[in-house]
Amino acid sequence: MMVTREHFSEELANLKADIFELAETTKQAFMTAIDALYASDIKKAEQIIKEDVKIDKKEDEINDKVMILIAKQQPVATDLRRLIIAIKITTDLERMADHAKNIAKATQHLGEKHPLSIHPGIREMADVAFDMVDIAKKAFDLEDITFANKLSEMDDIVDRKYGELIRELLESTANNPDQIQYLMQMAYSARYIERFADHITNIGEEVFFLVKGRSYDLNE
Amino acid sequence: MQTITKNNQSAERPLGTGVKGTSVIKSEGTMEQNVFEINDLNLWYGNDQALYGIDMKVPQNKVTAIIGPSGCGKSTYLKTLNRMVEMVPTVKTSGSIKYKGEDIFSNKYGVEDLRTKVGMVFQKPNPFPKSIYDNVAYGPRVHGVKKKAVLDQVVEKSLKDAAIWDEVKDRLNENAFGLSGGQQQRICIARALAIEPDVILMDEPTSALDPISTLKVEELVQELKKKYSIIIVTHNMQQAARISDKTAFFLNGELIEFDDTDKLFSNPSDKRTEDYISGRFG
Repeated sequence: MMVTREHFSEELANLKADIFELAETTKQAFMTAIDALYASDIKKAEQIIKEDVKIDKKEDEINDKVMILIAKQQPVATDLRRLIIAIKITTDLERMADHAKNIAKATQHLGEKHPLSIHPGIREMADVAFDMVDIAKKAFDLEDITFANKLSEMDDIVDRKYGELIRELLESTANNPDQIQYLMQMAYSARYIERFADHITNIGEEVFFLVKGRSYDLNE
Repeated sequence: MQTITKNNQSAERPLGTGVKGTSVIKSEGTMEQNVFEINDLNLWYGNDQALYGIDMKVPQNKVTAIIGPSGCGKSTYLKTLNRMVEMVPTVKTSGSIKYKGEDIFSNKYGVEDLRTKVGMVFQKPNPFPKSIYDNVAYGPRVHGVKKKAVLDQVVEKSLKDAAIWDEVKDRLNENAFGLSGGQQQRICIARALAIEPDVILMDEPTSALDPISTLKVEELVQELKKKYSIIIVTHNMQQAARISDKTAFFLNGELIEFDDTDKLFSNPSDKRTEDYISGRFG
């Protein structure tokens, strides 16, 4: 008799859909946060901060689902790893959304009429990070470590851009000491993007763990 | 050492004959001792082959679980280890099974001697229709122990080792049938321990028990492995994962995978193992 555990497979598919939804919401929050930063749009920034609660709630929902599935289905091997990484990916996505919220807070601190134009390097970092979210989704969906490896390369690009940007901002603080408070908010924002990309890279590591059954460090 | 090619019909022999064994075998690279070393074991019921080229080293003082779907040969394999399978007249085997280096089919090794060292506990508790005391004292009496003081000592020790002494010490003369299923099973384990075996074979020992009795037997198995080597056939994969150190997965008479339980249940090497333990198989 062929046994496929259809009900369990269906539950796993639903769980995956939930994670994709959370990933999309997080990505949207992040894109909006970057737009708000460049446009000095305080209202939009407020909205992002307010809506972060929904993301936290979704994280709790997914974790509860996973806990129930572990208790009821008693998964082993790949199924167990699939559920363990669901919790870890969800945590990463929630932290990524927190970084979107942090950028929104930086926008608030800068205010509507600050004297700086936002450095284009921030947008460049963010663009790579956005692409990384899509690659991570593919890696998770297809359980494909080729995509996971790609995340490591893209994270290196973000890190390099971050280094360059910080050096430039440091120089600016020396030349424009009266603008330090604004430059700091910009540096913080760059740091949040860099951390955002690290969490996406973690998702790549989680896909590695799912496929290979052992841990990998792609954030080195 | 006897060398027999897989499925080599000319190498078949009726059970009860064999070659002289070799010395105690240790696993490569470790100090771990093995109680059994099985090499290229094939088994037929008449013309139907039930086991195919099984190679396995069963470690001493560990719990080895055998899992697999119904009809995969796991119970046949277990019963081969103490030659109980011989009770089926049409059975023939090839290959070798060494118990502590000695071929169990050797003329030197009597079946009774083997079964003294390799005890067995069955799926359904099967106490004799006798008192609790007489059930446990049965084996030693058959082996010629007559002194009451010695028997008392053996009965108490065996019941204590089977973690049931406290529950029955005041009713040793009552019929064992009056006990619960879980208690009866532990009496059967005590009965097996009374003849001081090295190995205990367990054929689905908890499948007829409720969850609490099952847990008691599982806890007991963890204690018993300090003194004995345990080989347990179970349909309950969570049980195999909980209590065993090594797990063997059988399918259609073949040993598909034999590995540390932690590895086999977290990251099995063979897709068929993964499918089976994940509950997806055809």
